[in-house]
Amino acid sequence: MTKPKISVGAVIDEPGSTIKNKTGGWRSFRPIIDHKKCIKCGTCWQFCPDNAINENFEVNYDYCKGCGICANECPVKAIKMVKEEK
Amino acid sequence: MDTHIVERLADYINDGLLKSEMIHAESEHSAISAALGAEAMGVRTFTATASQGLALMHEILFVVSGMRLPVVMAVANRALSAPINIWNDHQDSISERDSGWIQLYVESAQEALDTVIQAYKIAENRKILLPVMVCLDGFTLSHVYEPVDIPEKKEVDKFLPKYNPLFKLDTKKPITMGPIGFPNTYMEFRKETHEAMLNSIEVIKNTNNDFKKSFSRSYGDGLIEIYKIDDADYAVAAMGTVCGTTRVVVDELRKQGRKVGLIKIKSFRPFPKQKIINCCKNLKGIAVIDRNISLGNEGALYTELRSAFYNQKKKPIIKGFIAGLGGRDITLSHIKTAFNKIENSSDIEWLL
Repeated sequence: MTKPKISVGAVIDEPGSTIKNKTGGWRSFRPIIDHKKCIKCGTCWQFCPDNAINENFEVNYDYCKGCGICANECPVKAIKMVKEEK
Repeated sequence: MDTHIVERLADYINDGLLKSEMIHAESEHSAISAALGAEAMGVRTFTATASQGLALMHEILFVVSGMRLPVVMAVANRALSAPINIWNDHQDSISERDSGWIQLYVESAQEALDTVIQAYKIAENRKILLPVMVCLDGFTLSHVYEPVDIPEKKEVDKFLPKYNPLFKLDTKKPITMGPIGFPNTYMEFRKETHEAMLNSIEVIKNTNNDFKKSFSRSYGDGLIEIYKIDDADYAVAAMGTVCGTTRVVVDELRKQGRKVGLIKIKSFRPFPKQKIINCCKNLKGIAVIDRNISLGNEGALYTELRSAFYNQKKKPIIKGFIAGLGGRDITLSHIKTAFNKIENSSDIEWLL
């Protein structure tokens, strides 16, 4: 993590700073999408609270925190949560 | 206890003397949150509270100081429950010692008014940007009438120019306020806020000087006020209205030939350690009168004073007294007892 600048009162005066804060490291379970099962309904894309699934239903692992909401909501059970191992 | 203050402000607004909007909140937690929001919009903000109300604000006090919003608040110092007690002591604001608010304790109604005016100038200083609590003794100052000189508006405007915030919420130039501070930055933000608090020692002093130039009134050096200390052997150190009573005792004992004096601590946060050490270097002993008690240890001012002297080679005897809790009067004889017992060996004593 790079050191962000220290401003008075932690005020952020430029938009888009969340992009710099990669939260993928928080993840203990990784969503794996089985594209053969996927019906491209968009439910995972819509539900992802971190906007970490794109329109092609690919996961951005830089930001996915592994909450598992996508796997829970998938109507055809095409998303599996797999334990992260180092 | 703070009600008289806001009631009078409501009168001013109603009579067109004060151009301001009054926000009625359902609780003190909401009141301080509204003050935070208003201050974030870049306007000067004031609120008043006491006792349980201040305790209810606790959570948001840290948010206001961490966001560096220069809110000014009067605290009409009162005891905390239980038992239920609506009378004066300092337990409420002492319990908020570490909230990141500057705390200035006053001795008279005039000093309360003058300190509120100064508080904005201190709080809004770009080197500081911290909220200020003006702590005035409940009942003794909040509910008793005494003549007060209210300065002319145009003179106050000259002393305290229009507020120009460093940052504010503005749809034309959006900013984020109060974001998350991860472990890699949180400490730096805390350190910065601490340094702002330390810098305020000079700013409080300068503001007191400027106020003296404009209004011909001042309160010691703005941080502490000493009375008959120069040739004194013994002194009482205290905060708030008890200093008035102590002045009377000092005069009385001086007539009997005893070399005694008073150290009034006005600024409890920041704690002006070096200034206190400098003015006490010739003293043999100090009696600290605390209108609060950190249960299981001792009075807060006593702890802080002793800690200030710890690294000094030459230090006076310092003795702690707990007095005036929950509205108990601190009488002349209490203070005489404190002066007489400075040399006693026991740690702290209750003036019941």
